[in-house]
Amino acid sequence: MTIALETRGLEKSFGGLKVTRDLSLKVEQGARHALIGPNGAGKTTVINLLTGVLKPNAGRILLEGNDITDLPVHKRVLRGLSRTFQINQLYADLTPLETVGLAVSERLGRGGDWWRRMGTRDDVNEEIAETLERFHLLDVMNELTATLPYGKQRLLEIAVAIATKPRVLLLDEPAAGVPESERHDILAAVAALPRDVTVLLIEHDMDLVFSFADRISVLVNGAMLVEGPPDEVARDPQVKAVYLGEAADA
Amino acid sequence: MTAISDVSFHAIARARWRPAEIAFWILAASCAFLFPSRYLIMTDIIRLALFTLSLDLILGYAGIVSLGHAAFFGVGAYSAGLLALHGIVNEPVIALVVAGLIAMVLGFLTSFLVIRGVDLTRLMVTLGIALLLEALAERFSNITGGTDGLQGIEMQPILGLFAFDMFGKTGFYYSLIVLFLLFLLARRIVNSPFGLSLRAIKNNPLRASAIGVPVNRRLIAIYTVAAFYAGIAGALFTQTTALASLDVFAFERSADLMLVLVIGGTGYLYGGLIGAVVFKMLQELFQTITPQYWLFWIGLVLVVIVLVGRERIHRWVLWGPNLVIRQVLGRTAVVAVPESDAP
Repeated sequence: MTIALETRGLEKSFGGLKVTRDLSLKVEQGARHALIGPNGAGKTTVINLLTGVLKPNAGRILLEGNDITDLPVHKRVLRGLSRTFQINQLYADLTPLETVGLAVSERLGRGGDWWRRMGTRDDVNEEIAETLERFHLLDVMNELTATLPYGKQRLLEIAVAIATKPRVLLLDEPAAGVPESERHDILAAVAALPRDVTVLLIEHDMDLVFSFADRISVLVNGAMLVEGPPDEVARDPQVKAVYLGEAADA
Repeated sequence: MTAISDVSFHAIARARWRPAEIAFWILAASCAFLFPSRYLIMTDIIRLALFTLSLDLILGYAGIVSLGHAAFFGVGAYSAGLLALHGIVNEPVIALVVAGLIAMVLGFLTSFLVIRGVDLTRLMVTLGIALLLEALAERFSNITGGTDGLQGIEMQPILGLFAFDMFGKTGFYYSLIVLFLLFLLARRIVNSPFGLSLRAIKNNPLRASAIGVPVNRRLIAIYTVAAFYAGIAGALFTQTTALASLDVFAFERSADLMLVLVIGGTGYLYGGLIGAVVFKMLQELFQTITPQYWLFWIGLVLVVIVLVGRERIHRWVLWGPNLVIRQVLGRTAVVAVPESDAP
């Protein structure tokens, strides 16, 4: 199996606080890999390291075998590593059309185009339409994102990430805060992600993790505790102690 | 497929000319006939409008604050002055472009300092650059004429055909045409994918880079373009007044600019133009009433605008015209100013 995304001995500390310790992670091509861990385990730091928002103190990050440790955020996106955001960071005063259009334009290398108006390139329009349709956003494409129901906003979040045509997609708690009635759409959208896209899911929700992932890594205090297939991880006594124990009681 | 044509239709919608916009420019052009004795003040307004348009490009669209935009205005002004004074480039239009390009080079070089850091840093850096240039202009008085300014600038006819006249008629048309052309260019830019990426960066730079936008490169690009615009505004100042003195770099010029843009509103291009008209008219009005304390009244107006909110003021102002239109044409209100987020 080829490795889509790999970290080798990743270290990150803020001052004296070590938040990522010797993290080596391998995500296989086409995998549905989940990264879980209790609050404060350093999951968000891992995402920021992977996407390039933070620079590691030590260690390397490889995307499909190529070292991307020193690339800026936008270059990693163009290489095929995209993410969704846990907290709503969508553009409130842009429409879904504009948000997706931005991602498509940049990916097709049209983002710096200052002379042509938006909407005058057929290849861009076609891809925007396709993406909006796939995520059931066609009917609201011209409304301001801020006015959309929360569930639609979460869909748009995934749609934008997909519009960058990622080979590896980091999903940061895609269903966080979505009301029960709109949850189904999100789960369906996540389940329907193309198989050739490798997905690394960072999630709290155990139902989602165990229904979706074929491999789970457990992060505790910035270090890898256990890694394996879901049933193995679920049986692991260490994991039960630090993480699942609380969930099982609830 | 209908979805694609829908997408295309809505995507272009922003860039379509609205009736109110066309009316605005017809009104602007007709001012030449409405106020034939006020060419000088109207030219003054146009220069300020162009200068403010420049600030709107970086502040209203890309979210870069600046308290030193006069740096580029000044460089443009002195460049145009020196080009004419020493007969390096005699034809005004070419000289105008050259002066703009010189300011643009300075904009490109300083953009690397400005894009670093956050708002407060940017305010200080831009302010510092303008002060620095002012001091340099004073120090090298053999070139700039120091506190006396450039003396004896004589402008050649535009394109060799239209001589500048003492009433400022030529200068007015010249400035208005330059403003209109540069406005068209700015309008193109902000409605392009590039312009869209700027709005995204202004909103949330981290998110923009996560979509694949090269944030720094875009900011450098728009800052450089804005410097060109400011340089052209400065060059127009020198060409239409045959003057260039140290106050082109003055802090007040940069600060006033911010006032003008706030009065007109950011992020829809017309803010700079409307702001310039309102600011100059208020200045005229208050200077006639209280020559010494006019700044007090400008300040008061500004406070009221910010507190009341531009949206409400627009509604009040447009209430009359819209009522008339409804009565006469029996249609729903057609005059509306596109509103952007508060400055």
